[in-house]
Amino acid sequence: MSTDTAAIGSVPLLAKAPRGPRHSFVRTVVARLRYDYLTLFFMGVILLAILSAVFAPWLAPHDPYATSMILRLKPVGFEGHLLGTDELGRDVLSRILYGGRMSLMMGIVPVLMAVLVGGLLGVVAGFAGGWVNMIIMRIMDVFYAFPSVLLAVAISGTLGGGVVSGLLALTLVFIPSMCRITETATTQIRGLDFVEAARASGASSGSIILDHIVGNILPPVFVYASSLVSVSVLLGAGLSFLGLGVAPPTPDWGQMLSSLRQAIYVQPIVCALPGLAIFIVSLSFNLVSDGLRQAMDIKA
Amino acid sequence: MTGMITQTDDIVSVRSLDVVFHSRQAPAKAVSDVSFAVKRGEVLCIIGESGSGKSVSMRALMRLLPADRTKIGGHITVDGQDVLALSEGQLSRVRGSSISMIFQEPMTALDPVYTIGEQIAEGIRRHEKVSRAEANQRALELLELVRIPSPERRLKNYPHELSGGLRQRAMIAVALACRPALLLADEPTTALDATVQIQVLILLKKLQLDMGMGIIFVTHDLGVAAQIADDVAVMYAGRIVEYGSARDILLHPRHPYTMGMLASTVHGQDRHRDIEAIPGSPPDLRSLPPGCSFAPRCKYALEACTKAVPPEFARPGGGYARCIRMTEIVHQMGAPQPVHA
Repeated sequence: MSTDTAAIGSVPLLAKAPRGPRHSFVRTVVARLRYDYLTLFFMGVILLAILSAVFAPWLAPHDPYATSMILRLKPVGFEGHLLGTDELGRDVLSRILYGGRMSLMMGIVPVLMAVLVGGLLGVVAGFAGGWVNMIIMRIMDVFYAFPSVLLAVAISGTLGGGVVSGLLALTLVFIPSMCRITETATTQIRGLDFVEAARASGASSGSIILDHIVGNILPPVFVYASSLVSVSVLLGAGLSFLGLGVAPPTPDWGQMLSSLRQAIYVQPIVCALPGLAIFIVSLSFNLVSDGLRQAMDIKA
Repeated sequence: MTGMITQTDDIVSVRSLDVVFHSRQAPAKAVSDVSFAVKRGEVLCIIGESGSGKSVSMRALMRLLPADRTKIGGHITVDGQDVLALSEGQLSRVRGSSISMIFQEPMTALDPVYTIGEQIAEGIRRHEKVSRAEANQRALELLELVRIPSPERRLKNYPHELSGGLRQRAMIAVALACRPALLLADEPTTALDATVQIQVLILLKKLQLDMGMGIIFVTHDLGVAAQIADDVAVMYAGRIVEYGSARDILLHPRHPYTMGMLASTVHGQDRHRDIEAIPGSPPDLRSLPPGCSFAPRCKYALEACTKAVPPEFARPGGGYARCIRMTEIVHQMGAPQPVHA
């Protein structure tokens, strides 16, 4: 019953901690990914796509704008044109390499902007709760009411087409889902003891968000964003297929698909190539996102 | 502001604290008319079952409850400062420097994305202007203070790499970073193994004696209270029903609820003697009975018990009990059941 004061002086020191490597989150994830060959392979594909887009001027065998009346709609493997030529005699390989720049930009930039804007709104909504949450999330629900393709087409069409309005349209389409993901994650984190512990140690709301919330919601946001890139590549290609993306001479996968489709009976394989590029890039992002999800141990 | 406060040894004094939660349904009175004081170097244990208002009282002390849905009444003075009158900015300076808190779940009370060292240093750098290196040095000393083995390496560990006991020690190190005058401990040993539990208790007691801080220790474990407490406050349905020195209350309980609680704990009785449970369940805090909240479950309850909230009756051994039949019951029962130490 009485407090044994004599025993207090001799608190047994616990056994020595086992010596081992440090296990930070990043290291754990990297260690898991090392043996996930499928994800590694598709990461390589994405890297290849990005590098070939960046270095297109050095890699492309021909000028992507150079037309030729003689060499129109040549098949794959035609001399000097590895992947054939299109209806104006332009080299398809060169155009795919150059087109990757536009398509990848359409895939990545809107997602990044949506992560910033939607993420900020979601964190604020999740952290503040109450009526702030109500207002922000109900506005997001309004955007959810429209199918994403329709919304992207409507916004981009209203803004008059072009690259900038396409990027803007896709960003607006992705903001609600990004916002919802961060809001859910933030609400979950907010209820945990360490947030209260931080507050109990004198942290302001701002520093709790920056120091404790953002670090903890990053993994699910990162995984979701990588899967959104694949959607964004598809939607971006869709917009330019409909003529709402880049203006014609500039190479772009969606727009190449659109103009080559008239030649589908003449050169079906050449015609399918830009579509294949879209497919591979979109699929790669999707599978990498899945691999990351598993490596980071996030419940879907 | 501080000039007005009378100089006492009390590190914290709470007078007639009320906490009401407003919800869409009826308001819930989580804490009513709670008063207590803790002196420098003393440990007060608040004992009660879940929902009795013990954790809420502690969070009210630091104003950690959501401000828009909670109404706090009464007076709270911590380290000479009127907590309820502080602005948000002042509150941030008090939190973590003069009062800090340790939590029940060592698993969730540490941020998984930072190392132990970073989390200790964060608190120090928030309240004191020290360099990063200095804060890290202090963190190392704190880990030694809470007797974590190989502290240099543990400093660089993430919470999930530590065992429950070590994690709770790290949590204590985070809380003690700025040498608080008052430590609030919300069931810090409940989630731990029995053997680790006693180690953490002994450590807390030692630190408390060394640093001369006051501790308010919330628990539902009477054995834990017996180990660490100087004073004990027994809470039931938001009220303190019995208050006094730990030894006296645990040996000679005067309130039927305390008696019932002691009778329902396991302490090496013979197997054939049944453990008594208190019949019924605690009342709904949204519709408390007008009289003694324990009356519906109390085998000694009279008509008068349900009329008005019983006032504080002085206990023979010091402190008080809120029971109008306090003297009779003890008389009637003879000596209460002794606690086997």
